[in-house]
Amino acid sequence: MSVFYSLTLIALAGLALLLLEAFDSKRALRYARDASLGLCLFVALRLLTGNLNCSSEALPSWVSPWLSFDPLAQTFVVLGLVSTALVLALLRIGESYIRQYTLGGSMSEFYAIPMIMAAAIGFMAAARDLVTVFVALELVTVSFYVLVSMARKSALCLEAGVKYLILGAMSTGVLVFGMAWIYGVCGTLEFSGIASALADPQIAKAPALLACGLMIAALGFKVAAAPFHVWVPDVYQGAPLPISAFLSVGSKAAGFVVLCRLLEGFLGAGSVVAAEVRQLLVILGGLTVLLGALPALHQSSVKRLLGFSSVSHAGFMILGLSSVAPGVTGTGLASFYLATYLPMTVLAFTVLTVMRAHEVGDDLSEIRGLSKRSPMLAFCLTVSMACLAGLPLSVGFLGKWLVLLGLAQAGQLAALVIALIAAACGFYYYFRPIVAAYSSSEEPRKAIEVSIPAAVLLVLLCAVVLVLGLYPAPLNGLLQLTGAPAAAALLR
Amino acid sequence: MSPLFIALLLPVVAAVALSRGAPLKLASTPVALANVLLILGVMLSRGFVSPEVVSHVGSIAMLQSPALNLSVGVDGLSLLMALLTVVVSVCACWQIDNKREGARAEHIVAHLISAGALGAFVCRDLLMLYAFHELALIPTLLIIALQGRGESANRLRVAWKATVYLGVGSLILLAGLCWLMVSLTPEGAALVTDLDSLLKLAKEHPLPALKQAQIGLVLLVGFGTLVSLFPFHTWAAPAYATAPVSTAMLHSGVLKKFGIYGLLRVLPGMLPLALSQAWLQEALCWALLGNILWVGWVCIHQRNLDEMLAHSSVMHMGYLFLGLAAGGAVALEGVALLAFAHGISIALLFALAGRMRAQLGTLEFRRLGGLGSHSPALYVLFCFGMFASIGLPGLANFAGELMIFVGCFGHPGATALGMVQWTAIAALWGVVMSAVYGLRALRALFQGTSGSGLFLSDPPLAQRGGLVLLASLLLVAGTCPWLPLRLIAPAPKDKPAAGAVAPKAH
Repeated sequence: MSVFYSLTLIALAGLALLLLEAFDSKRALRYARDASLGLCLFVALRLLTGNLNCSSEALPSWVSPWLSFDPLAQTFVVLGLVSTALVLALLRIGESYIRQYTLGGSMSEFYAIPMIMAAAIGFMAAARDLVTVFVALELVTVSFYVLVSMARKSALCLEAGVKYLILGAMSTGVLVFGMAWIYGVCGTLEFSGIASALADPQIAKAPALLACGLMIAALGFKVAAAPFHVWVPDVYQGAPLPISAFLSVGSKAAGFVVLCRLLEGFLGAGSVVAAEVRQLLVILGGLTVLLGALPALHQSSVKRLLGFSSVSHAGFMILGLSSVAPGVTGTGLASFYLATYLPMTVLAFTVLTVMRAHEVGDDLSEIRGLSKRSPMLAFCLTVSMACLAGLPLSVGFLGKWLVLLGLAQAGQLAALVIALIAAACGFYYYFRPIVAAYSSSEEPRKAIEVSIPAAVLLVLLCAVVLVLGLYPAPLNGLLQLTGAPAAAALLR
Repeated sequence: MSPLFIALLLPVVAAVALSRGAPLKLASTPVALANVLLILGVMLSRGFVSPEVVSHVGSIAMLQSPALNLSVGVDGLSLLMALLTVVVSVCACWQIDNKREGARAEHIVAHLISAGALGAFVCRDLLMLYAFHELALIPTLLIIALQGRGESANRLRVAWKATVYLGVGSLILLAGLCWLMVSLTPEGAALVTDLDSLLKLAKEHPLPALKQAQIGLVLLVGFGTLVSLFPFHTWAAPAYATAPVSTAMLHSGVLKKFGIYGLLRVLPGMLPLALSQAWLQEALCWALLGNILWVGWVCIHQRNLDEMLAHSSVMHMGYLFLGLAAGGAVALEGVALLAFAHGISIALLFALAGRMRAQLGTLEFRRLGGLGSHSPALYVLFCFGMFASIGLPGLANFAGELMIFVGCFGHPGATALGMVQWTAIAALWGVVMSAVYGLRALRALFQGTSGSGLFLSDPPLAQRGGLVLLASLLLVAGTCPWLPLRLIAPAPKDKPAAGAVAPKAH
C-alpha cells in the first residue's frame, strides 16, 4: 500500500471519529479511539519496516507533482505518527481531568484532530514546494488553535488559545510574505528550483536574503525559536498537558522538516546566501538556547519549565542545522536530535499527566515527596529530566554533544560557549524537580495509583530512553539524512 | 566478551536489584566483593606485562558514523585505579548501617558511583570516560541533597554549590576534551575519540607548544575543579563533611581521583609540552601551593574531625598536582601511587569518623578525649589512617609523596632551582602542617581523659573487616611499594632516565 493512501486513511479515520460522536455510543467511541491509536502505530511500524511503498510511481498522478516521500519525509512521517499515537495515549490517561474543562464533557475533537494533523505533518514532510507546505502547515496550525483552546472552562486555556492564535496568525502572515519574496527572487516555489536559483551567481542577493530571513522568522515561530518564542510558556501552561506535549513535539517536527528542506536550498552547494544564512542560524540558535535556558532557571511550574526547555532544545536543533561536521549533515543532526527529544519530553509530560489525573499539580511544591507517593513516577521523572539535561550516557547527551562538536569543528566559538552555558544551566533547572521529588514533604499525602495503561506507557518510554542512551545505533541512519533537492529532482 | 564489561555491569545490576527491593545483605556488599575478586582475577590473568600494554580489550559499537564505541581495556594505571575503586566500594558498602532509614538509597548510590568510576577508569574512549564520570557524579550530588547530615536548608545549599561547581567544571572539561580531540583529528577526517589513536596521533603530529598549553589550561581548570584544585576547591570540604559516610568515602577516595587519572592520561601523552610553557607551569604551581599551604592552614584551624578530614583531603590534592607540574617518569609514577594511597587512607578515615559520629553524636575536639582507652581497635585503625595521611614512612602515602618530591628535583641538567623546585620546597612545609593537625586530632580524640563522659566502643569483629582491609592495604603498599609500582612503572631494565618522559623546556 502506498504511504500516501495510508496517511489519507488516517485523516479519514479522524473524520470518522468526529462522526461517531454524533451517534453517542460511549463504548463504540472508546474502541474507535483505541483503534485510531493502533492505526497510527501500525502505519508507523509498516513504514519503519519498509512495508509501505514510498516510490513516486506509487503516488496517484494528480499527487506526484506535489509530494515525494524521500527518506527525510519518511522519517518525519514516522515522527509525526509516533507523536500522534503518544498524544492519543496521553489523552486517554488524562481524560478524566480534561473532561472537567470542556463544554459538556466532550472529548471527541481531542481525539479526531490529532489524527488529521498526523496526516498533515506527513504531507508537509513530503511536500515538494512551498504551496503544499503552506496548506499542510496551516492545517497543523489551525488544528493547534482549536486543540489549545478546547478546554474552554479554564481561563488559562482560553488565554493561551488567544495568544497562540494572534501570534500564529502573525507568523503565517510573515510566512506568506516570505514565500512571495522567494517567488519574486527565484521565480519558483519548488524546493529544487529554489536551490538552483540561489546557486546562480547573477541572482539579486539582498532580496534573496530578505526572503530567507522572513522564511526563517516565520518557521522560527513554529519551532519556538527566540525571539519568536514568547508564546511558548503561556501556551504550554494554559493548554491541557497532552496538547502541550503535542506542541512540543508535533509542532516542532512540522516546523523543522520545512526548515530542513528550505535550508538544504539556502545552504546548498554554490548558494550565494549560504554564508549569511549560516551566520543567521548560529545567531538565532545561540539566542534561542540562551533565552530558553535563562528564564527556566527560576520556574516553579514544571509545565512552564518544559516550555522553556523546549525553546532551549529548539535552539540546539537550530545550531545543529547550521553544523558542518564530517559524516553528519545538518538536516540529519536536527532529525536525530528531534527523534531523541521526542521520547524524553513525552515521558516528562506523561508523568505530569498521570499526576494531574490524580489532582496533583505541576508546581514544584506539589511534586515534593513524590517518591513516597509513587516511586515509579518519581523514577520516570528523574529519567526524563536527566535525559533532557543531557546527562552523559542518556539519550539526550549524544544530540547535544554532536551539536557542540559541530560548532567546535566549524570554529563557532561564541556559539559554543553560549551553548555550553545553556547546557550548564540545564543541570540546575532540570535537577530541581528531581530533588523535589525525592525530598520529603511536610504533610502526609496519599499515594498515587498508576493505572495499567499509564504504567505500560511509562515503562515503554523509559525503556526506549534508557536503551537508546546506551545503544543509539538504531538512530544512526538519521544522522546522514538529507533532503537534498537534487535527489528529489532526480526522482521526477 | 571482556570481563571488564561484567565488572561494569555488576554494580549497575546490584543498584537496580536494590531499588526493586532486593535484600541489602545479599545484594550489596557481596556483589561489591565479587567485583573485587573479578578485578583481582583480571590482574592475575594479565600477569606481569609492561604497563603500557592494554589487555582485556572489548568494544561495543554505539554509533557507526560518527564512530563512537564503548571500548574497554586496562593498562597498568587503569588497573590500579580500578582496584582502588572496587576496594573502596566494598568497604563503603560494608560500613553502611543497614538499620538506618535511607540505608537502601545509600547502598544504591554507592553502587552507582562505583559503576561510574569503574567505567571512567577502564574506558578507552575519551568521551565515554567523561560520560561515566558524570554518571557517577549525579547520584553523589543527589544523595548529599537528600540524605546529607544537618539541616535540610544547609545540605541543599552545600549540594547546590557542589552541583554548580562540578557542573560548570565538567562542561569546561568537556569543552577542553572536545578541543583536544578536534585539534588532534586530522583535517577532514571523522573525529577521533579513541584514547590509543589519540596518543598515536599526538606522537606523530604534535600540536604547537602554545596550543598545547592553551588546551592544557582548559583541561587543568576542568579536571582541576573536579579534583578541587585551588581556587576551585570551595565546594569540596563542605560536600564531604555533609555527605553520608559511604558517599564521602567513595567521592573523596575514588571519584575525585578521576580528575588526576584524566590528567595523567592526557597531559604527558598528548600535551607533553603544555607544562613547559612557563606561564602555565607557574599558574599551576601557585594554585597547588594554594591547596597545600592555604588549605593546610585552614585545616589546622578546624575544630571538628570531619571538617578537618574534608579539608585535609583537599589539601593533599596539591601534592598530586605538584607531581604533574614536575612531569618526569618518577614524579608521574608517584602521582599514580599517591592517588591510590590517598584514596585508601581518606576512605579509611572517613569510615572511622562516620562510625565515631554514629556512636558519639559529635566529633568536636573540645568535647572528646580519651576514646582510645575503651576502643583500642578503632584507635589503632585511626592511627594507620592518620599516619598514612601525614606521610609517615612504612605506609602507602609516604612512597608516593617521596617519589613526587624526588621527581621535582630529578630534571637532568638543571643547574638552578626553577619554579617547580621552589614550589616543592614550599610544599614540604605542608608535610609539617599535616603532622600538626593530624597528631593534634589524634591526641585530642584518643588520648588524655574524656572531658564530657563520651565513650566509644569497638565495632564487632564482623564489621571490622572493611576497615582492616583498608588499613592492611596501606601497610602493604607502604612496605612493598614495588607491588603497586609494578603495575604502573616499566620494569627497571627498560626504564628510561628520570625526566625523559616530559622534557623541561628551559
